[in-house]
Amino acid sequence: MIPGVDGFMYPNEVELQWSVLIVLYPYITGLVAGAFILASLERVFNVAAVRPTYRLALLTALAFLLVAPLPLQLHLGHPERSFEMYLTPHSSSAMAMFGFVYLWYLTVVLLLEIWLEYRTEIVGLAQSTKGLKRWIYRALTLGSYNISPAARRMDERVGYAVTVIGVPSAFLLHGYVGFIFGSVKANPWWSTPLMPVVFLFSAMVSGIAAVMVLYVVCMKLRKTPIDMRCLDTIARYLFYTFVIDFTLEMLDLIHRTYESDESFRSLDFMVHTRLLFSHVILQIFLGTLVPLALLAANQLWRYSEARRKAMYMTAGALTLVGIFAMRWNVVIGGQLFSKSFLGYTSYKMQMASREGLVAAVLLMLLPFAIFLVLVKLLPPWQGGKAHEA
Amino acid sequence: MDISRRDIFTVGGKLLILASVGATLKQITGAEPPSDAYRMADHWWGMIVDIDKCIGCGNCVRACSKENNVPEGYFRTWVERYQIDDQIKEVKQPHVESPKGAIDGFPPLARTDGKSFYVPKLCNHCADSPCVQVCPVGATFVSPDGVVLVDQTYCLGCRYCVQACPYGCRYLHPETQTVDKCTLCYHRITKGLTTACCENCPTGARLLVDFKNPKDPVHEILRTNKVQVLKPYMATGAKVYYENLDGQVR
Amino acid sequence: MLMRRLFRDSAHLVRPALVLLAALALFLVVRSAIIPKAFGQYGHYRPGALDLVREHPIAFAGQDTCVMCHDDQAKARAAGKHAHVACEACHGALAQHADDPAAHVPKLPDVADLCRRCHEKDAAKPKNFPQVATAAHSGGALCNACHQPHNPHL
Repeated sequence: MIPGVDGFMYPNEVELQWSVLIVLYPYITGLVAGAFILASLERVFNVAAVRPTYRLALLTALAFLLVAPLPLQLHLGHPERSFEMYLTPHSSSAMAMFGFVYLWYLTVVLLLEIWLEYRTEIVGLAQSTKGLKRWIYRALTLGSYNISPAARRMDERVGYAVTVIGVPSAFLLHGYVGFIFGSVKANPWWSTPLMPVVFLFSAMVSGIAAVMVLYVVCMKLRKTPIDMRCLDTIARYLFYTFVIDFTLEMLDLIHRTYESDESFRSLDFMVHTRLLFSHVILQIFLGTLVPLALLAANQLWRYSEARRKAMYMTAGALTLVGIFAMRWNVVIGGQLFSKSFLGYTSYKMQMASREGLVAAVLLMLLPFAIFLVLVKLLPPWQGGKAHEA
Repeated sequence: MDISRRDIFTVGGKLLILASVGATLKQITGAEPPSDAYRMADHWWGMIVDIDKCIGCGNCVRACSKENNVPEGYFRTWVERYQIDDQIKEVKQPHVESPKGAIDGFPPLARTDGKSFYVPKLCNHCADSPCVQVCPVGATFVSPDGVVLVDQTYCLGCRYCVQACPYGCRYLHPETQTVDKCTLCYHRITKGLTTACCENCPTGARLLVDFKNPKDPVHEILRTNKVQVLKPYMATGAKVYYENLDGQVR
Repeated sequence: MLMRRLFRDSAHLVRPALVLLAALALFLVVRSAIIPKAFGQYGHYRPGALDLVREHPIAFAGQDTCVMCHDDQAKARAAGKHAHVACEACHGALAQHADDPAAHVPKLPDVADLCRRCHEKDAAKPKNFPQVATAAHSGGALCNACHQPHNPHL
């Protein structure tokens, strides 16, 4: 009798291969993609109401994107060999595109867009600050101090183009992760064409929720009034995205139950036992139904500003937990059952090891530390002028 | 004595003939033996497993472990014991076990009702391998002679291939932190030996086969027996064929 | 005039482009230096990996090697039911012994466990395979008290 195993597992299946760090990675890139989509709402889709959160969303995306490769590096048996993905990427492997999509998104989309957005302030700060900060800003100018109106108009136009390219790039950055799981025919919990789409929409939900929560928290800390029109608009888009995400997940569930193929009995049992808390309670009920109800209520009835803030913050926080649970259920859940459909194992999460809980918590806190540095360096509060079409 | 010209020609002629015959003989017997260097293009490896011959002794698991220094708790090959109850109303699930991969054999099974048998399992060395497909860097591959191998100096240890294998035959080696699996004893079969598991199977339940060899028994076996591969609907091009495999085997 | 003004207003965009191009160039140079030689010769992998796998030392010599010296035992075995049981299946991995017989003297296997592993009665074993409930069969005596392992039929 193997501890933690019920029924029969192939002998090599007992130990889980992908740990909580692999749960963290899609969560983080999901936040990046979602935050960027929110930023693009204003820039490309002309939703002027969310302008106050434009710069905040970009910095959030950058803070999380910088941390994104770290859980992967900690997970690899040989992180020192990870550059091989740049040397000899295997064109049939979705995972091989990670290095290129990541670098593309980081440099050509995010860093370029942030640079173009902040150029005016950077040039100003390069001339007005002293000491180390002066050198940092001077480096960031890349040697150009041209902030004439014509140059700024050029930045505006190029920035628009970058955002337009950025939207499908963000989809690719996170969608390919969904494809990594969705294309594994050996694993029926993962293998579905819906997987990249579900991942993408849940990413957008988590990203929008993250920016919404961060906005309220930052405004509270700075004792600045919150733009309620902005907050209401974000909440509305969160609601729309959530409805699509929920529909897709329910479609997957209904489809599985209806077709009831060989894997169904085993997976169904797993959801009702080993995944009861994380899937049914955390992901579906607390993480989706309750936030949806709170957001839907605000579309039907008008509440006071204080009450709206409380409902949005609750919905946002629950959503963030729920989307993490969704990643957990996909990654960990996909490894808890045997491919023979005759047994189950358990995930023994370690504490202080390279892939343990402590590492996961630190990796989740790191983006916030980076975010603090970024908002000090490139303050998003002024917001600048609204972008012209 | 007098030596005439004719004598010289006669003796000389005989000597000449002797010399040339001798030279030819030396040429034939002293010739270099033909090179028996292994040529990958001449081989396409697979295996035949006969369920009706397997006695679950675990010799194959022990032999593989010894030959390939398989780390304890991980398995390049293993044997499963299936017990299938008599069906009454609905199809019941079989009871399957594989204590430590059968490295110490199995405890004796007393019950005689229902159906029970042993199933040896190993890497199927798939021709359309899903594990090779997902490797991000090309650390695992199908060799030109049909063996799926791992490059231990190139593998990152990302374990995507472990997830992609439908048969559960891969694992992460705890010491090298790279992925490991059955190599079909490539270091043996390229030298004319058979695999460690086939060598030590006492009943001939396991048989290494070479599809490209016209004299290999595999052609006769496949022609005269009903065979299956595991999980055929996965279309992996598995090259381990099972004779007398029950439909309930997973 | 328009081109010059356009250039002046967009000249700063050349800078990030140059940074990216420089990084790309550096990457290409480094890549050509460290990419494994002959990668891709047979497929998307390092051909040296094949040699690496082949270099693994051999532990089991194979029965063809054993019979080269142990002719008597081979003849006895060939005459009986164990004809197709490899020598090392019972005697263990002996490639080292084959290479240097005096230096590596094989230990004879422990009879009790050895015979039981195959011949203990078990419902999952094929019905026509010789198997007995060994405790009742031998009354505690070792198997080789009656059966000669190389030709075990009585």
